[in-house]
Amino acid sequence: MNNLRVIAAIFVKDLRIEWRNRETLSAMCVFGLLVIFLFNFAFGATGEQALRLLPAVLWVAFAFAGVLGFNRSFAAERENACLEAMMLAPIDAGAIFLGKMLANLFFLAMAEVVMVFAAALWYNFSFLPSLHWFVLIAFLGSLGFVSLGTIFGAIAANTRMREVMLPILLYPISFWILMLSMDSTSNALRGGGGDSLAGGIERVAGFSLVFTIAAYLLFEYVLEE
Amino acid sequence: MPPVASRAEPSLELRDVSKFFGDHAALKSIRLEIHAGDSIFLYGPNGAGKTTLLRLLASLSRATLGEVLFNGRPVERTAGMAQRAVGFASHQSLLYGELTVRENLRFFGSLFGMSGLAKRIEEVLELFNLRDRGGSFVRDLSRGLLQRVTLARAMLHDPTFLLLDEPFTGLDAKSVNRLEEILRRLPGEGKGLLFSTHSFEQGAPLAKRLLMLEAGRMKYLGPLALAPLDSLGITGAAPSDHE
Amino acid sequence: MKSKFPLSVHLALTLVWFWVAFYMIFLYAPREETMGEVQRIFYIHVPSAWTALLGFIIVFIASVVHLWKQKPLADQVAHAAAEVGFIFCTGVLITGPLWAKPVWGIWWTWDARLTLTFMLWLLYIAYLMLRGYLIQPGRAANLCAVVGVIGFIDVIVDYMAIRWWRTQHPQPVILGGPNSGLDPRMLATLLVSWGAFLCLYFYLVRQRLAVAQARSELSEIRRTLELARTER
Repeated sequence: MNNLRVIAAIFVKDLRIEWRNRETLSAMCVFGLLVIFLFNFAFGATGEQALRLLPAVLWVAFAFAGVLGFNRSFAAERENACLEAMMLAPIDAGAIFLGKMLANLFFLAMAEVVMVFAAALWYNFSFLPSLHWFVLIAFLGSLGFVSLGTIFGAIAANTRMREVMLPILLYPISFWILMLSMDSTSNALRGGGGDSLAGGIERVAGFSLVFTIAAYLLFEYVLEE
Repeated sequence: MPPVASRAEPSLELRDVSKFFGDHAALKSIRLEIHAGDSIFLYGPNGAGKTTLLRLLASLSRATLGEVLFNGRPVERTAGMAQRAVGFASHQSLLYGELTVRENLRFFGSLFGMSGLAKRIEEVLELFNLRDRGGSFVRDLSRGLLQRVTLARAMLHDPTFLLLDEPFTGLDAKSVNRLEEILRRLPGEGKGLLFSTHSFEQGAPLAKRLLMLEAGRMKYLGPLALAPLDSLGITGAAPSDHE
Repeated sequence: MKSKFPLSVHLALTLVWFWVAFYMIFLYAPREETMGEVQRIFYIHVPSAWTALLGFIIVFIASVVHLWKQKPLADQVAHAAAEVGFIFCTGVLITGPLWAKPVWGIWWTWDARLTLTFMLWLLYIAYLMLRGYLIQPGRAANLCAVVGVIGFIDVIVDYMAIRWWRTQHPQPVILGGPNSGLDPRMLATLLVSWGAFLCLYFYLVRQRLAVAQARSELSEIRRTLELARTER
């Protein structure tokens, strides 16, 4: 009960700060849109070809936009040593992790909505027929990616060149979550359903869950001095 | 689990604590016990280890050797009891610039799971004469105001032990008086106080005991009245090398 | 650190073992029918790969022990295992294309095991880079241990994920049942060669560990001196 209140407090605090300066979210959206725009021109795909490229473009854009957000997430806590202020309170490291992770997930989800709109528009593609599947895959894939991003963001905040260190840690380890999400997205957007889609989603869900639990359990070692 | 001495009054203790950063010893074999009602003035030149000592007591940093104890128990095994009992203010504000003063206090208060938080926030704001500043953004505050909010945050959860690192920094004369008044009152209310300041004249009248550190070592720990000021090299003039 | 198995003896054993292994690789093992002489790189490639993987398993175990017991030794083992494992993993990535080009006609393909090895290599890099870039080296042990544990979970995930991905890599022929078709002499060569690689691996890890321990002993002495230094 106590933990839930702490998680909610941290989540609301991050949202409020973001609402005040809108720095992280706008950076994530603009960067994501740029990635989609660049890919669109680089490949110049239309029709059936576009459908093959779209899931890849989207997940690459999500991955790039996410890193921007995770980097800022703990950089903000380091200013004025606010993270220490949280550690002065009698709360679990896991609660800090979940609060920060949910805030990051919320920001990434917002940015994803913007990116998906742009992709739908520029690729002349309607997500509506398979929207429910797409939302489910995007949620599950983003969950694992954000969990890893949150703990590695906290780790990278302790390094020189933290903007460089985060992607070096994050991308190899979240590789399969992104790959399988991409694959399932492609399956869903094609209108394919049934076993292969369900199987793909199960894998994404499984991996995301494993990494989320691991990050939750290990987070206290990241905070300790 | 080691035998726990049952004590009626709460205590915070450093038992033979040394802290190393690399091969450099920031603190060497410190023995210190603070009880409720105590007031200790932590004095020493820059780099003597004052901040490190306060951070260890606040469990923000771990001792390399020795133990930090709360009520006779290692602080990391008190299930948050030590954190509830300790308030800490340092030269970093530990506040979010993008939040207002009240929002900051409400956030940190909620981490402590306090009941009657709204009332307590008004109390500490009143205490530091900050009531009309509650709605200001922390990033817009002047140095002195920021310091007052920092102190308000440290005292928010009504800790038994108050650890203050240079609490007078940046305060104007009126606020200094106010803080001195508060610090004088605290031991009588059953609080334990440990504070550092670079000015001996400022700190001495506020405390019963003196802890003098030099190069990480305890030079003196005992009643202020009995401190051999001359042999400790305390001439009465404030060291001018303060940052 | 005195040991019943001194490093010099370990080194001698490694050299002798490699001498035997090379003899077996080039003279004892029969010529493979379809691939020809180039197949002999198999006896270096596969043991390197197994050793590189074993290296990360050691990193994982040492990381867990460190997080649990907070003993500096565990952290030193993890660090040494990672440094040496990285070298072996690099070896796999170099010998792989050398073998693939004449046999498959291409230097590289994103098949399952190649991808896996490459990802293991990236993990090693991430782990070692993190150590290099930390602002407070005192925090390296815990932070690297966290990466070691999550990294190992990732290795398992890689293994599972890769099975769902299509592969053009030769299926495991060693433990593939009685009719796996590997000549007993080839198997013997492979195992002896792997033994040599393991021996080398542990020699390098111990060597690295000895440096780390000398360093921590020195630091211990310096600290004791610091503490013992009388007040002025």
